[in-house]
Amino acid sequence: MFDRIENGPPKLTATDEARRQVEICNACRYCEGYCAVFPSAFSQRAFSDGDITQLASLCHNCRGCYYACQYTEPHEFALNLPRALAEVRVESWDRFAWPGGFARLFQRSGGALALMLVLGIAALFWALTALAPSGGEGFYAYLSHTAMVAIFAPAFLLPLAAIAIGLHRYWAEVGGERIRWPHLKAACADAATMRNLSGGAAEGCNFEKGDRYSQARRHAHQAVFWGFLLCFAATSSGTVLHYVFDMQAPYGLFSLPKLLGLPGGVLLTIGAIGLIALKFKADAHLGAPEVWGGEVAFTALLGLTGLTGLLLYAATGTALVAPLLALHLGTVLAFFLTTPYSKMVHGFYRMAALIRDAQRKQG
Amino acid sequence: MTALDAQPWDLVIVGGGNAALCAAIEAAEAGLKPLILEAAPKPYRGGNSRHTRNFRCMHRGPLSVLTGSYEEDEYFDDLIRVTKGETDEALARMTIRTSEDCLPWMEAHGVAFQPSLSGTLSLSRTNAFFLGGGKALVNAYYNTAEDLGVTVAYEAEVTQIHVTGPRFEGVTAKIAGHETRIEGRGLILASGGFQADLDWLARAWGPAARNFLIRGTPYNRGVPLKAMLDHGADSVGDPTQCHAVAIDGRAAKFDGGIVTRLDCVPFSIVVNQNGERFYDEGEDVWPKRYAIWGRLVAAQPEQVAYSIIDAKSRELFMPSVYPPVEADTLDGLAQKLGLPGTKLRETVEAFNAACRDGDFHPTELDGLATEGLTPPKTNWARPITEPPFYGYSLRPGVTFTYLGLKVDETARVAGPAGRFDNIWAAGEIMAGSILGQGYLAGFGMTIGTVFGRIAGQEAAAHV
Repeated sequence: MFDRIENGPPKLTATDEARRQVEICNACRYCEGYCAVFPSAFSQRAFSDGDITQLASLCHNCRGCYYACQYTEPHEFALNLPRALAEVRVESWDRFAWPGGFARLFQRSGGALALMLVLGIAALFWALTALAPSGGEGFYAYLSHTAMVAIFAPAFLLPLAAIAIGLHRYWAEVGGERIRWPHLKAACADAATMRNLSGGAAEGCNFEKGDRYSQARRHAHQAVFWGFLLCFAATSSGTVLHYVFDMQAPYGLFSLPKLLGLPGGVLLTIGAIGLIALKFKADAHLGAPEVWGGEVAFTALLGLTGLTGLLLYAATGTALVAPLLALHLGTVLAFFLTTPYSKMVHGFYRMAALIRDAQRKQG
Repeated sequence: MTALDAQPWDLVIVGGGNAALCAAIEAAEAGLKPLILEAAPKPYRGGNSRHTRNFRCMHRGPLSVLTGSYEEDEYFDDLIRVTKGETDEALARMTIRTSEDCLPWMEAHGVAFQPSLSGTLSLSRTNAFFLGGGKALVNAYYNTAEDLGVTVAYEAEVTQIHVTGPRFEGVTAKIAGHETRIEGRGLILASGGFQADLDWLARAWGPAARNFLIRGTPYNRGVPLKAMLDHGADSVGDPTQCHAVAIDGRAAKFDGGIVTRLDCVPFSIVVNQNGERFYDEGEDVWPKRYAIWGRLVAAQPEQVAYSIIDAKSRELFMPSVYPPVEADTLDGLAQKLGLPGTKLRETVEAFNAACRDGDFHPTELDGLATEGLTPPKTNWARPITEPPFYGYSLRPGVTFTYLGLKVDETARVAGPAGRFDNIWAAGEIMAGSILGQGYLAGFGMTIGTVFGRIAGQEAAAHV
């Protein structure tokens, strides 16, 4: 700290800068009621790199602590904890991602994500042309079930394997212990209610309205989160219907895949639009500015998976089915393949951090 | 912004902290158009309120985050204990009784509370903590005030107050470098004490005060207070005294705030720059003693002292914001701290020799006292033997000054011929009426809230 003041600011790593700030927080403790970051930090006296990674992964960037802080610039302590922790997250996802390098690219570059989208869609147009089936109903008239499985089984399972490797590295770095049911239960409850975006005792967070509290980000994120899970459940239910009950697509409106998928798609689309709008209103300097574009592009990609799905359903029976099918499946393909390297991965690390925090609290 | 000098304002409020904001909100809710003149720029708005963390509140049963009950007589007894009777009982009891209504009012006007912070469980019954601390409270009030149509001018430093007989007429303020005369039908003074004016502090306390650190805002320079005293306003409080605690000697001159506190003293020996001890470090638990250490250190040469511990005690107190100076030997530590090495070693050896065996309990008075040592250490006396050795420098950190304006229970300021017609005061600037000596945690915010609200209501009823 003294070096920093006397010799001008040497370039600290994101972890070192966050440690400098958290040590000041630990002597103040006014923010204890905001979110899980603070009780977790205040249970310690010294912070290893792994401790800082864990604190960063607990932070939801709600910014309540920034606006409450008496030590933000122009004060010499220059605290900006939401940004410091956001930058640690970005660095840590780069470090944990396997294979290395992709996370650097896709976290920062909205252009790279857009290029993946174009490639995904092109791949599906090619598949529709090259692998055109001779028969089949509904979508399978355009791309056979076998071809779909051949594309999407690896496109789903390989990224999951990559994420598992990242999570394993995370768990080692933060010193995680064996996971037991009560840890999972506590973490799921926090995630399901977005407790850490509730503002502690206040009315929401300080994301887009400066020092005024707002529930907008929590609500938009809930829409995306539950919308995504509903869409995922819709696809899973289709798989079960197909393999277990031998009921093949297309499914009617009152079938599980449609009853789950329709509201899921609507929530996902609306939520993603909301999150992007909030991101344009919020101060980029209280997050990690270098990934702002990548995050917006990712949110748009996620929203597009919902929107193209809805359009595809709306186009049932028209000539638009083939191009919309390529558009939707191409979007989903790009989304799956980049999941371990885009902002999407935050969900996995956040969950791991909540489990780790439950371990700390439950002992 | 509205041209500030174009109209006579319903109400001019000098200051931008808790008391000023409570006054502005009450006045605006009663239909007035108040103008707040805040001397600080926007990032530093809120005076010393931005450094606070809780509000001491009477309650007859569990209330919001407060547990149990804390009734008028117990509260008043606590006040008598710290002020040693230096209080106006009627005003003090009125303040205490009114505090109970204030907490729900604060919540209704945007303030969020949190349960007592870790390490402050002893206050969970008496003090309601602000979620995020005082700056979050200040932000909430500025938002509420803005929604009610209150006008705020930042970097607006009042230089003169214009009074004719018993009537306030206007102020002159330097706003963005320009002197502007602003007319008003009423005036509320909520501009704090004078502790940031080091010249004034040095005149009042003595030249040693130039070595004091100011824990809070650099904008409380007491200009409005001085102007009112020059107009013949009645004063209260000892003009020479300030409330000072011992803080980290490496803190910045101003605005170090809460993080500069040091809780190591009870587990240490404290020496002056000659390497000599001068007071019983283990007299009582730290929350009951930190306030006297400001004065004790102020009486030492160069107004500095050094708290010395060994490895055994390193983790017994809240972490400090600056890491301690560390050395493997006492000589090494003396060198790094700039203390006479031989003398420090003699002091530590004499202390160690006076320690006796017994059970050590860091969280309670353990009676582990020295024998035959002057001054004694009456609790937590363990020999300083285990390297590494650590040292922290201590300096007096001024929180507030006691000199203020005399007010009645309607917050009206008293002048040479009875009360002024249209001048009220709230917060630190009149707190000396109630808190004539010492300090009670969270009571400054209580006085500010109670009198800020009264001043706002009274102004609305009379202008």
